[in-house]
Amino acid sequence: MALKMADYRTPLFNDWCPGCGNFGILTAVQMVLVDMQLEPSKVAIFSGIGCHAKMPHWVKAYGIHTMHGRPLPFAIGAKLANPDIEVLAFGGDGDGLGIGAGHFVNTGRRNIDMTYLIHDNGVYGLTKGQASPTLKLGLQTKALPKPNINEGINPIALALASGYTFIARGYAFDVAHLKEMIKRAITHRGLALVVVQQPCPTYNNINTKDWYGGEDRIDPATGKPVPRVYKLEDTGYDGVVRKPEEAFPKTVAALTKAQEWGDRIPMGLFYQNELVSTYQERLSQRIADYLQNPPAKQVISDAQGRSLTSIDRMLDELKVT
Amino acid sequence: MQSMTRDDFIWMAGGPQGSGVDSSANIFARACCYGGLHVYGQREYHSNIKGLHSYFHIRVSPEEIGSIASRVDLLCTFDADSVVRHIWEVSQGGGIICDTEVLGKRIMEIPTLSASFREEFQKTLDEKGIKPETVGDLINEVKKNGIKIYPVPYLELLQGLGKEIGEEKLSKLTIMTNTMALGISFGLIKYDKKFVNKAIEKIFEKKAKLISTNIVAFSRAYDYAMKNFGDSGFSLNPVETDEKRIYLQGTQAVALGKIAGGCRFQSYYPITPAGDESEYLEENQVFELEKEGISQAGGSIIVIQTEDEIAAVNMASGAALTGARAATSTSGPGFSLMAEGLGWAGINEVPTVISYYQRGGPSTGLPTRHGQDDLRFALHASHGEFPRIILCSGDLDECFYDAASAFNYAERYQTPVIHLTDKALANSSRSCRIFDRSRVKIERGQLLKEDDVRKKEYKRFQITESGISPRLPLGTPGAIFWNTGDEHNELGHVTENPMMRTVMMEKRMKKLELADKEIPAQERVNFFGDNDAAVTIVSWGSPKGAILEAMDRLRQQGHKINFLQIRMMHPLPTDYVAEVLAKAKKKIAVEGNYSAQMAGIIRERTGMDMDYFVLKWNGRPMTSDEVYDALLLIMQDKAPKRQVLMYGT
Ligand SMILES: Cc1ncc(C[n+]2csc(CCOP(=O)(O)OP(=O)(O)O)c2C)c(N)n1
Ligand code: SF4
Ligand SMILES: [Mg+2]
Repeated sequence: MALKMADYRTPLFNDWCPGCGNFGILTAVQMVLVDMQLEPSKVAIFSGIGCHAKMPHWVKAYGIHTMHGRPLPFAIGAKLANPDIEVLAFGGDGDGLGIGAGHFVNTGRRNIDMTYLIHDNGVYGLTKGQASPTLKLGLQTKALPKPNINEGINPIALALASGYTFIARGYAFDVAHLKEMIKRAITHRGLALVVVQQPCPTYNNINTKDWYGGEDRIDPATGKPVPRVYKLEDTGYDGVVRKPEEAFPKTVAALTKAQEWGDRIPMGLFYQNELVSTYQERLSQRIADYLQNPPAKQVISDAQGRSLTSIDRMLDELKVT
Repeated sequence: MQSMTRDDFIWMAGGPQGSGVDSSANIFARACCYGGLHVYGQREYHSNIKGLHSYFHIRVSPEEIGSIASRVDLLCTFDADSVVRHIWEVSQGGGIICDTEVLGKRIMEIPTLSASFREEFQKTLDEKGIKPETVGDLINEVKKNGIKIYPVPYLELLQGLGKEIGEEKLSKLTIMTNTMALGISFGLIKYDKKFVNKAIEKIFEKKAKLISTNIVAFSRAYDYAMKNFGDSGFSLNPVETDEKRIYLQGTQAVALGKIAGGCRFQSYYPITPAGDESEYLEENQVFELEKEGISQAGGSIIVIQTEDEIAAVNMASGAALTGARAATSTSGPGFSLMAEGLGWAGINEVPTVISYYQRGGPSTGLPTRHGQDDLRFALHASHGEFPRIILCSGDLDECFYDAASAFNYAERYQTPVIHLTDKALANSSRSCRIFDRSRVKIERGQLLKEDDVRKKEYKRFQITESGISPRLPLGTPGAIFWNTGDEHNELGHVTENPMMRTVMMEKRMKKLELADKEIPAQERVNFFGDNDAAVTIVSWGSPKGAILEAMDRLRQQGHKINFLQIRMMHPLPTDYVAEVLAKAKKKIAVEGNYSAQMAGIIRERTGMDMDYFVLKWNGRPMTSDEVYDALLLIMQDKAPKRQVLMYGT
């Protein structure tokens, strides 16, 4: 029997603020699971701490709500120990680019076959609206006593520099497009990042739904707003590396695109390179049967509880009498 | 100070870091082992890569030994620094091997001797009323006390060697100085060459070309010593033994225990002295499994170097969630970073194992030196209350078996286990009876399988009488669960409900009571010595070896004494400890820290105070001699309440 949206919902009350962009992300994720017909028990959702991090509780799948900034290490541990699990990690912008920035960068080096999604709302939602690492210099969102004194991080550029092999941006209120991005991220062979522009109506009164949608910019000709977000695909941009020699120019192109912000904000796939070896492949070079016999599947004892592991080779090496 | 009751011999190699002290010591130790002798070695080094002083203390005896002692019988030096630094440690009748070239060096101009060392050294000279200018002068002074000097013209010997093996470049020959020093050493103690040759073959087995030249170099130096130096007063004789022995260091014992115990995932961030363990694991990451009585391929462990210790502990927890046995390994600074993750594993009841090698703290402290000052931290790290189990190994044998059983406790009680060791264990290398894998039991606790949860609602944190909620590996088909670092309900969803909090907290904490009830005392303590003694030593961790030896000596002299070694500090086998202590008139705590942390824990649990404290925190392991001296004073009623041990260079 085909799995439906309802099969991925939990009966819990969702306590995000009305109008929160997180609802769009949640719906997109559940739609992807339906689209891909992924068994709930095949999927594990990891999150950090923050408003975003409540995500796993609303999804019917293995759900691991970890620590502030730490969804990636937990997700990596689980994925490496049992590579059959479809692993999705969710982080906040504070979570992934502030306290967890070290994991953000170093995860990029590993190219583990999993998906990481960052809820970029420009603020620390759950601690009541302080500036997040993506908030631009000089902006003063609602809860800030003074304008932001730091420049904002560019997550797309940082991901490029760190070695992510799939980098996309979505918008929380364009669920159909976001769903496509997440689906492509999951099917990507390697580590995929989706940065989601997520309006926080409660604390970010600058990068609002209206602002992204360009409600303040009415085209006099059509009388319609001119949205700030646009789709890279619509402009003929193609970030997919198909031959090794394309990797560098496409990185440069993606980096250039990543600079756009303000009047025009690109959505879609910035960069994808499936030619890079995955961590699983690298591990298989060292441990030939890694994929068939990963840590979680190894039998370590017999029925009597005796250890099955032979350490004779190592002991032989150390033997002196 | 020199209470030499055993038929033992101590050789020490000292030289600048990077000059091959370790490999010389390794050959020396193995050669002794091959002759059926027992060896206990301790490696000491600065937080430095090249140039600063390092040394290797190797104690050899026909009997098994578990500690270093407060003397050196034969000091084998590779530079002037090593002569000056260790000169007062050389025993009466002992000897010093040095390069003839160091004799003319002016002591106070040796650049690697720190200002504070020079000051102390000057004080010692003043006390002794001597005024040596050069290393040679200093040596002449100690000669007067019966210490023998063996100056070796290494340059000449190397040139001679060059001629024999057809190598003219001196730069290619100098690396052979170590081997020549071994030749001199073994020549002086008249040890059978064949054992040394065997050790050289082993050490250079991967660089076969070097074997023959090293054997020639060794042999020439050996013959030189026989010909040019008189009787050293020592001779080392091989003994027959049928016992199967291995020679290894503490980090290897832990690594082997992990592999045998079924650990299949290890994450780590490099830190001294823990790093060697993970490197050894990675080297040996593929191994055989026995299926239907036949060894076959199929065993492996993932070893991953993370970006920091926060990632390390949390990756291990992530892996442990899937049902794999998972661990991380670190030292004090790393464990500080792991504190929050430890709590997460606690509240989510994840069986994460942490191998914790203590070194002198706080902060960076003594990064390459010994300490036992993190017991309280291991016990209390992370906010909030949750059960944890703390194992403290006292020697390499225990390191192996405890590393394996740590996973059993972790899985049976679904809680993090901290396996506490220290730098003295990590960097001690010794001969010991070969580990017996058949003694390694695997107990996985209440671990569910797919069939157990089919078509049922699975509650990961089900409230149960015992506190144990059956555990399901993440990824098991047909079921799901949630985890959160927030307080949660039985399903694993966030709750702030006061009733649920009360019940869930109690469920978790009960597991500690259960562990306390179920785990027998003999797994948690060792008791040595006279049952009816009025004097009881209590200790934990690496001082074990020194205490056992000191106690043996005292008992041979007719003193009645016993020793309670705590192997599981938490939960402490309180009743057992109280019972032993109640019989003692003199209770002595021996530990490697300032504030007697174990004694404090025992006082907290039993209400009983120690009468005497023997403590040490100078960054060096305890020697059997200084422990003996301290205990003797206590036996003679001459000791202050608190004695601080200071031996070490
Ligand atoms: C180690 C630690 N420090 C601080 C906090 C407090 N804290 C909770 S959520 C949060 C910020 C969350 O911001 P972000 O990651 O952007 O997530 P959002 O709430 O915006 O989704 C902070 C600082 C914490 N939970 N843990
Ligand atoms: S504070 Fe912002 S991010 Fe958090 S739930 Fe409310 S709207 Fe969403
Ligand atoms: Mg945020």
